[in-house]
Amino acid sequence: MRTSPLTAAQAGLVNCETCGLLSQPASAAEPGYCPRCGMALEWRRPRSIQTTWALVTAAAICYIPANLLPVLGTTTLGSTEYDTIMGGVVFLYTTGSWPLALIVLIASVMVPLGKLVALSYLLITVQRGSIRSNRERTRLYRMVEIIGRWSMLDVFVDTFTVALVQLKPLMSIQPGPGVAFFAAVVVLTMIAASTFDPRLIWDAGVDKEFRNA
Amino acid sequence: MTDDPIAPEGDPAARACPDCDLLQVIPELPPGGKARCARCGRMLATRSSAPSDLPLALTLTALLVLIVANTMPLMGLSVAGRQAITTIGGGAYQMWLQGQEVTAVTVAFCALIAPAGYILFMLIVLLAAKRPPAPQWVGDMLRWADAMQPWAMVDVMMLGILVALVKIADLARVEPDIGMYAVGILILLFPAISVSLNPEEIWARLEWADGESPLPAPETSTPEPPSSGSTP
Repeated sequence: MRTSPLTAAQAGLVNCETCGLLSQPASAAEPGYCPRCGMALEWRRPRSIQTTWALVTAAAICYIPANLLPVLGTTTLGSTEYDTIMGGVVFLYTTGSWPLALIVLIASVMVPLGKLVALSYLLITVQRGSIRSNRERTRLYRMVEIIGRWSMLDVFVDTFTVALVQLKPLMSIQPGPGVAFFAAVVVLTMIAASTFDPRLIWDAGVDKEFRNA
Repeated sequence: MTDDPIAPEGDPAARACPDCDLLQVIPELPPGGKARCARCGRMLATRSSAPSDLPLALTLTALLVLIVANTMPLMGLSVAGRQAITTIGGGAYQMWLQGQEVTAVTVAFCALIAPAGYILFMLIVLLAAKRPPAPQWVGDMLRWADAMQPWAMVDVMMLGILVALVKIADLARVEPDIGMYAVGILILLFPAISVSLNPEEIWARLEWADGESPLPAPETSTPEPPSSGSTP
């Protein structure tokens, strides 16, 4: 494979994020539209760092009530017991299905926290203009992008548990206020991953003017 | 720099890595071949060894299975002579009834709307690419299919249902139903569509109905990129 020492931006070309066509921008300030698929062209995702920081912060705030508030309430013969996400993990573990307990623990507790830490690390290193371990940081970003959706697991578990167990007055399960916060964490971190522009990781070695462009 | 707006050196195989923006020229790939970015390792191009109609056939199959998955019950529960069944939509609806509107909308989007949207937009793009010229809104369909893909969480939902089943199994008898098997098949179909698809091939085949680009072509003069310090 032939490679050029240049990035598309250095060569004065814009890469279309939808169809991958390289084209010449209409002007440096406003690159215009992709001649093949009609996408609005951008040198880099607009206000990438600010938007991603805002979303990561919002997600971090929602992460606290998501873990502290109950996600499920079980009503048996008039008395109601509430469960948090960790409570659900403990329930799965004590009832003998430790593989499922492990899956839920990883998907619901560790993955969302890992995503927040990873995105913050990427944002800080890009803002500091770090030029070290670019390849590893790009790989970390790709992992955040791919794994992110799996933390929706617990929202689905709660939804289908609630939908199925409606046997009033014998027994019923209701969702708790924590579910909405948990869903918010997942959605916010997924959007945060999509607003972060991984090309900023590589721009530091080239030119610092791209940042915050 | 040539006047060709497609690529430097006029090479249509020239591509910029979406993750690190490095320019490179993708060589002609053998069937089943893959090309990765020389700098960051991102997969840049694949050439499927599958026949070109396969993505369309898989997408049509997925549409039919999706209809079954959404209309048939996922599972049934019986305890002390009482029965209950649920569908995918029923799960979201129950959340709404219980006062969890935010969660209900999120579940409905990830379990119903995004998978259906992805399949429908893909179907339109694949059909349009089959018989060029394509109308101009195909570009939007493409973008929407791309946007829907990460939100289509049929696989995550399936695991969620299984965990829910294990949790409930202590309380009552639970039996999987037709909808669950349909979801299982969908989990295989979604990745099969994206693996068999060669996006570059599809986009190269699109021609616009009026024979022109969808929007005014960019000027042929070479503006200075922001890296040269000319940005305002």
